[in-house]
Amino acid sequence: MNAPTPLDRLLPEIDLGQLDALEEEAIFILRETAAAFERPALLFSAGKDSCVVLHLAQKAFKLTGSAKARLPFPLLHVDTGHNFPEVIAFRDAIVEELGEQLVVAHLEDSIARGSVRLASTDESRNGHQSVTLLEAVEEHHFDALIGGARRDEEKARAKERILSHRDSFGQWQPKNQRPELWTLFNTRLKPGEHMRAFPISNWTELDVWLYIQRERIALPSLYYAHHREVVRRRGLLVPVTALTPPKAGERVETLDVRFRTVGDISCTCPVESDAASAAEVVAETLAVTVSERGATRMDDRTSDASMERRKKEGYF
Amino acid sequence: MGLALRDNDDREAATRRPLRFLTAGSVDDGKSTLIGRLLLDGRAILADQLDALEARAGGGQPIDLALLTDGLEAEREQGITIDVAYRYFATAKRKFVIADAPGHEQYTRNMVTAAAGSDAAVVLVDATKLDLAREPLQLLPQTRRHALLAKLLRVPHIVFAVNKLDAVADADGAFARVRAALEAFAAEAGFAPAGIVPISALHGDNVSRPSALGGSDGPTLLELLEALPVDDGATAAAALVPVQFVANAANGGVGHQARVLWGRVARGEVALGAELVVFPSGESARVAELHVAGRRAERVGAGRSAGVVLDRQLDVSRGDWLATPGTIAPTSRFRATLAWLDTEPAIVGRKYWLRHGNRWLQGRIAAIESRVDVATLGHRATDALGVNDIGEVVVEAQHELPLASFDDDRVAGALLVVDPASHRTSGTLLVRAAA
Repeated sequence: MNAPTPLDRLLPEIDLGQLDALEEEAIFILRETAAAFERPALLFSAGKDSCVVLHLAQKAFKLTGSAKARLPFPLLHVDTGHNFPEVIAFRDAIVEELGEQLVVAHLEDSIARGSVRLASTDESRNGHQSVTLLEAVEEHHFDALIGGARRDEEKARAKERILSHRDSFGQWQPKNQRPELWTLFNTRLKPGEHMRAFPISNWTELDVWLYIQRERIALPSLYYAHHREVVRRRGLLVPVTALTPPKAGERVETLDVRFRTVGDISCTCPVESDAASAAEVVAETLAVTVSERGATRMDDRTSDASMERRKKEGYF
Repeated sequence: MGLALRDNDDREAATRRPLRFLTAGSVDDGKSTLIGRLLLDGRAILADQLDALEARAGGGQPIDLALLTDGLEAEREQGITIDVAYRYFATAKRKFVIADAPGHEQYTRNMVTAAAGSDAAVVLVDATKLDLAREPLQLLPQTRRHALLAKLLRVPHIVFAVNKLDAVADADGAFARVRAALEAFAAEAGFAPAGIVPISALHGDNVSRPSALGGSDGPTLLELLEALPVDDGATAAAALVPVQFVANAANGGVGHQARVLWGRVARGEVALGAELVVFPSGESARVAELHVAGRRAERVGAGRSAGVVLDRQLDVSRGDWLATPGTIAPTSRFRATLAWLDTEPAIVGRKYWLRHGNRWLQGRIAAIESRVDVATLGHRATDALGVNDIGEVVVEAQHELPLASFDDDRVAGALLVVDPASHRTSGTLLVRAAA
């Protein structure tokens, strides 16, 4: 890590007191979910947003001096099998360190069961995660899934509730959402239904990085600048891995890059960056001109409505 | 890094939260364009999102700012907005959340959703739709409706943005006349607008860029919003806390520590050593320990969650309340304004689920007394309320509740009504008084 950049100089105009207000809201939603539902789970991919939610949960449920206590819910990871190894290593290390319970649902198992059929072996598995997720919901009888989705990520998510109802098929009904009034959440469910809870709905990408910096939240190393082999494809930098080899005619370059989002290896792309600390990422985020998903996700480029379609099918 | 060491002020956090405002307007009066303009000027629109708009506009054509806000597939297909959308932008002085309520179908339902928790309402007035030659000038019914609905739902600040003044012949004269009509209407309706601003959302005049459009020499819309005060009930003398989550050794929260009662302070302030009475048990104890997230505190003010450890073990559950002794007046029968949001009409005498604070209980509408005409705020006697209706009702709850008038307390004064069969959110009750 480089020497910390003095943030006051980078951000003369931003009042950091607003982070306290966002933290208060997020912790309130976490406690509400833990109290109102029988079997919640926290979706944890070791991505930066889920690391932030996990940190918030530690603050919500553990008093100073009782760090060995457990959260009132397990963590749930939907593992596509196409992972960056450092992310899985990070996931296991933090679960161990915090003493939390981790449930892993494997997409490979859904393929083996026949509930996921891939059109081709190199097809992105990102969209198929919904099937595995909903199978985990049924198997473990989860009635609330806490996720790190934010409304600023994408236009369909801008209409998402903080507590968002899913029917007994796990489907989102965007035209028939429950009105959300003050903090009087309608938490009532019928058997088989579940709720999605989004504690950081009102955070922006910048808020997330400011909070990571202020709270010194650990993240997988690939969120910070590192050397990586990539090829340029359709305006994106595609990491060269065993799963994503270069195509004929593509030139492999080694660049300084970092990831802005981390998901399935076959559809997550880094951006060029020399930001080696959270403070430097904050500075880059302030200067950024391309949205988080536009820069990094091949799957969202398929169509303007691709996120909405996946959400209706139970995606997170 | 001064940042990580900055001391938290537990009493102040709520006032530093972003300003949330709703935008009210009808189809074609430029609401989506205004929001697009705010996002663009607030640098919340990024290059790839602009690329998508430019690609749709076609080579050389100006982009359509309104397209920034159509989030769902059906909305793009039909060219309308369906549900409340939340947008974020920041200026040098403040962070903002826009709750964008669509202006056509299900209007009241969407506006109630957007208004609940909003600090301000920006009501758009389309200057090109007014008959400027007519004396006296008549406001459009939807302008009256939007403003009166905001007032009825107790949105603290109502701002009028008079739009499309770039498209009328004499902008200065037109704005002067519209402003006079809005002022007269507000006085008649019993509220003082927080501002009346002449704007062009299309060109950006007086949105964030000062302009003489309409003869303006006042603040821009953004300057006005940046300066609006936020009140969270922190000034109340007596403390009231709805218990949200009880942490104990069994639920994994706090290991061997004593039970911690977590709840967001609804009004007043909880202080170490203070005496609190538990509702409904009536037992009281003193605050032996006080926590906020991650650390100890000596006092916690309205809008923040407090973790209270009492000096003796009492039976307290989620849904109970902690209050300064002698400051609550429990009642089970009360008058309230009911905003009905369900397509199935309200049924007198039927048992519904009510949510008050963190408690679910049953309740019934004992009587529907009148329906509010949101074009005039006049009352008409009725015994039926349907979707998008607002009326005055008498409610009977299953047991007593520490209610307050919604005007005084947004937490203790609001209830949710949920259909016991469908589990839909059927309506909301704003408490007026005991009955």
